[in-house]
Amino acid sequence: MGLPMGHKTALHAQHHALGAKLVDFSGWDMPLHYGSQVEEHHKVRQSAGMFDVSHMTIVDVSGAQARSYLRHLLANDVATLKQKGKALYSAMLNEQGGVIDDLIVYLMTEPDASGEWYRVVVNCGTREQDLRWMADQAVRFDVALTEQPELAMIAIQGPKARQRVEQVVSESRARLISELKPFFGQESEGWFIARTGYTGEDGLEIMLPEDEAAAFWQQLLDAGVAPCGLGARDTLRLEAGMNLYGADMDEATSPLEAGMGWTLALEPADRHFVGREAVEALKAKGVAQRLVGLVLTERGVLRSHQKVVVDGLGEGEITSGSFSPTLGHSIALARVPAGTGTEVCVEMRGKLVPVQVVKPPFVRHGEKVFS
Amino acid sequence: MSNVPNELKYVASHEWIRDEGDGVVTIGITEHAQDLLGDVVFVELPDIGANVAAGDDVGVVESVKAASDIYAPLSGEIVEINEALEDAPESVNSDPYGDGWFFKLKLSDSAELDDLLDADGYTAHCESES
Repeated sequence: MGLPMGHKTALHAQHHALGAKLVDFSGWDMPLHYGSQVEEHHKVRQSAGMFDVSHMTIVDVSGAQARSYLRHLLANDVATLKQKGKALYSAMLNEQGGVIDDLIVYLMTEPDASGEWYRVVVNCGTREQDLRWMADQAVRFDVALTEQPELAMIAIQGPKARQRVEQVVSESRARLISELKPFFGQESEGWFIARTGYTGEDGLEIMLPEDEAAAFWQQLLDAGVAPCGLGARDTLRLEAGMNLYGADMDEATSPLEAGMGWTLALEPADRHFVGREAVEALKAKGVAQRLVGLVLTERGVLRSHQKVVVDGLGEGEITSGSFSPTLGHSIALARVPAGTGTEVCVEMRGKLVPVQVVKPPFVRHGEKVFS
Repeated sequence: MSNVPNELKYVASHEWIRDEGDGVVTIGITEHAQDLLGDVVFVELPDIGANVAAGDDVGVVESVKAASDIYAPLSGEIVEINEALEDAPESVNSDPYGDGWFFKLKLSDSAELDDLLDADGYTAHCESES
């Protein structure tokens, strides 16, 4: 099985008409940029940009044991979702405590309703193993897993994002958007509107029927929202210190060594979740590595897989590196030996270059946040 | 296919060469090359006075996406570099044949000019690569 190469989203014609440079992304034709990824990046930090993220996989989990199932499946605890619409970021681990995927789960019904319903959004590159794993783990539970491939998804991000969207949607949707709290999502007239994102800015992620996506995209364009591609999406998330699956963590990486310790709900101690024993064992033993931020203020760009040399402790590796358009210099995430201090060297083009070690994020709401 | 001016010469590594007529040539990268690189954020140029041989790597263009070596398409001495690129590396994207030039070279052997590709030859080379 598997998607044929060149799978197209409902907005393919729009991207083409806007002159997007399309690239293959896990079997999907996706826009890399529409001219300049740096300009698109600035648009999101300064006003509003929009991303077609319809390639992401949406799975609805429902049934009498939906909550018990997700408390078993996920390293973070959906029992902490006390209000309808609240979202949670979590890792889904294997038995060895490696990260199968990272995801967002929304509580779609009132908590404790009979037959709870959750919506899970996972990465497109991991779709098949995720669906297989989720189905395997569901065997003991009274749940239904329903993929929603007919939903398009548009992320509108930036300080003016919500205002721009409010201008073009119906009155009831606009009211919902003006009242929606951060990290909540609600349904409105067939759309699911969430105040979440992957940029470190305020904004929305909207899931809507595929046949309504093109018209909405055009309205946003007319309202001055800049179309943005995967290139800007990557530099924005990196500045925001957000992990990219497959780069900053994977099935062989513990969340404890990927800056995701905060997503592990080890209390209550009697909740069993897949990977718990491995996580607790590593925690007791002590991690050998950790994920840190790197900053290079001089010219040059840190790139993934470059070697990090830590005096007296050994070596590490850059997991994501790029130029930061907001800061005007290069930043990176890197996995380094656990005791690493504030300065390390990176091997760049045959030379060892000193760089500063910081705690991510690098940028929030348009401003530098590390020191 | 992108813009390939007829009055320039080219090499397969995507540099263009303008003969200034006095034994000096101006060198930059083509529109096709900047398109492949994406947004350019730093350009590291050779030192003025350096002697280079055709094929030497003499600098680096860093885009958001990738780092790419700059090769000397001909042999000679570096007589001028485009210092404006320090503050405006994006001109490599917006004006690759104009404000985005890299450096000027005083040729040690003008006969090397005969080995360069013309616009048609370069266009054919790009098509064979894609």
